Amino acid sequence: MITPTRTSSLTFSEITPGSGLKAALSRPPADALAKINFSGLRGRGGAGFPTSLKWELADKSPGQKKYVICNADEGEPGTFKDRVILADFADLVFEGMTIAAYCISAQEGIVYLRAEYTYLRPHLEEVLEQRREKNLLGNKIGGQDGFDFDIHVRMGSGSYVCGEETALIESLEGQRGEPRNRPPFPIDTGYLGNPTTVNNVETFAWAACILSQGSDWFKKLGTEKSTGHKLFSVSGDCQLPGVYDLPLGITIDELLDQVGGQDAKAVQVGGAAGQCVPRHEFHRAIAYEDIPTGGSIIVFGPHRDMLRVAANFLEFFIDESCGQCTPCREGAPKLLEGIEMLQRGECSMEHLQELYSLGQTMQLASKCGLGQTAPNTFLSIVDHFRDEILGRTAPA
Amino acid sequence: MLRTKGERLRDELVAMADKYGRDRSSLLNILQEVQHRYYSISEYAMQVIADLLDIHPVEIHSVVSFYSFLNARPRGEFVIRLCRTISCDMAGKDQVARQLENDLGITFGETTPDGKFSLEWANCLGMCDQGPALLVNQRVYTHVTPEKIHGILQECRQRFGVHAMAGQKEKHI
Ligand SMILES: Cc1cc2nc3c(=O)[nH]c(=O)nc-3n(C[C@H](O)[C@H](O)[C@H](O)COP(=O)(O)O)c2cc1C
Ligand code: SF4
Repeated sequence: MITPTRTSSLTFSEITPGSGLKAALSRPPADALAKINFSGLRGRGGAGFPTSLKWELADKSPGQKKYVICNADEGEPGTFKDRVILADFADLVFEGMTIAAYCISAQEGIVYLRAEYTYLRPHLEEVLEQRREKNLLGNKIGGQDGFDFDIHVRMGSGSYVCGEETALIESLEGQRGEPRNRPPFPIDTGYLGNPTTVNNVETFAWAACILSQGSDWFKKLGTEKSTGHKLFSVSGDCQLPGVYDLPLGITIDELLDQVGGQDAKAVQVGGAAGQCVPRHEFHRAIAYEDIPTGGSIIVFGPHRDMLRVAANFLEFFIDESCGQCTPCREGAPKLLEGIEMLQRGECSMEHLQELYSLGQTMQLASKCGLGQTAPNTFLSIVDHFRDEILGRTAPA
Repeated sequence: MLRTKGERLRDELVAMADKYGRDRSSLLNILQEVQHRYYSISEYAMQVIADLLDIHPVEIHSVVSFYSFLNARPRGEFVIRLCRTISCDMAGKDQVARQLENDLGITFGETTPDGKFSLEWANCLGMCDQGPALLVNQRVYTHVTPEKIHGILQECRQRFGVHAMAGQKEKHI
């Protein structure tokens, strides 16, 4: 049972399934890589690493066995576009994974699907089976001698940090999902020590579109540094929540117009790990060079209490921290205590300043992205909403 | 031949280990299947899996304790997970939570005495456009209101009834 989500018109629905892979296989792998490179496609999972560079490094990394992993752990608060892509465009995702395998000479693909999306699994297995029957997976794909590749679905077990690529690999290897030190990166020491590319669901789907439609088609939209379209998951205080397919570089104002959230007082871009953008910065662009995002947009209306937002996110991080390193494990609860003091109207400016610098230390000293981003919202709320959070009257 | 419960479990675990492969990277597949069949992963199951995969049982404990969908303590046949992340929070999850507690007679983190329901918090379920959202096992419910809780629980109880009958039949054979 998949509940329908409202979507704007999606580019993915205009692409003929199979056309991207066919185009890729008609030329040597280097040509497919060049096409991705020329398109400027960057990772849609949040960090925005150039996709072609990742694939090129995985290709060059020595090793007999290589892996393509699709990160379908979608756990960032406010994100649900990967769910929609997997439900409606699974073929395109698997096609992108197959193109990646062709580029890096991988034999095995794994979709790491979050436990919360278990209900999508039968559908994904069915699409995979159809692809095997059509020889789009299996041995000698598309009649190409030596191109053998298959994809399997593996399940997560309820852990946000497993979306971090090295924690994801740990989890696949039967371990606790604790992030590794990087380097080494998965492109040389990935799953079971083999070269591995880990990409977001949406990244694979766009790769298939680019092979089908060409690099120029993709680059036509977006900005110079953030080419193409991106899917946004929009929720919160707006009239039309849903999944939107929009060009990168769009301003927050423009986006709010489309979703009916013009009276917002703040917008959370990038989920709990992202930043809380106040109204006077709504002219800013959503793009890797300005405000980067994996696509989560949460709209806060004029009546929302920003301390409640900050507390909710910190509780999330405390719950999901793997506990491996001190800044994250000890820092996040301290920030939450500070929020609670502010809620009671008991926090001095001096203490707030200490907490602020603790947050900055967490950004610098935490081992992985979780701890590095956990203080973001706290810091933006202290920066932009001082009038609202200081000197509150204690609740009766 | 009479077989004890433990022996039967052991056979099942051997079959799982053979299906997924007897190496460490199969561990989560096996644990997920055990959790799904037995609603928890017992000490005994952990010990058997440890032997089969040739790792220390403590390592399995450590893995089980890490993941929120794996549990060493028994949980209900229906695990209800209410999303507490900000979008569902703003959509009114507190009221839904309260009504769940009222209708089940337990608080979050508990299991009903008859072993049917466990109530838990979940982080973002990816249904933010349709909050408040909750999962009952693998099934997702959206736009949940306090009023709808009763119906959702009834649906589970009916399914449970069918299950219980099937279980009894098995015992007769
Ligand atoms: C705590 C944490 C959680 C993450 N969760 C996800 C996720 O759910 N999905 C995802 O694609 N990337 C996630 N990432 C980013 C991945 O580590 C990785 O950068 C990404 O999968 C690479 O794919 P891309 O280059 O296609 O974006 C997460 C990172 C961190 C630090
Ligand atoms: S930053 Fe947090 S989640 Fe990341 S490794 Fe450290 S403790 Fe674990």
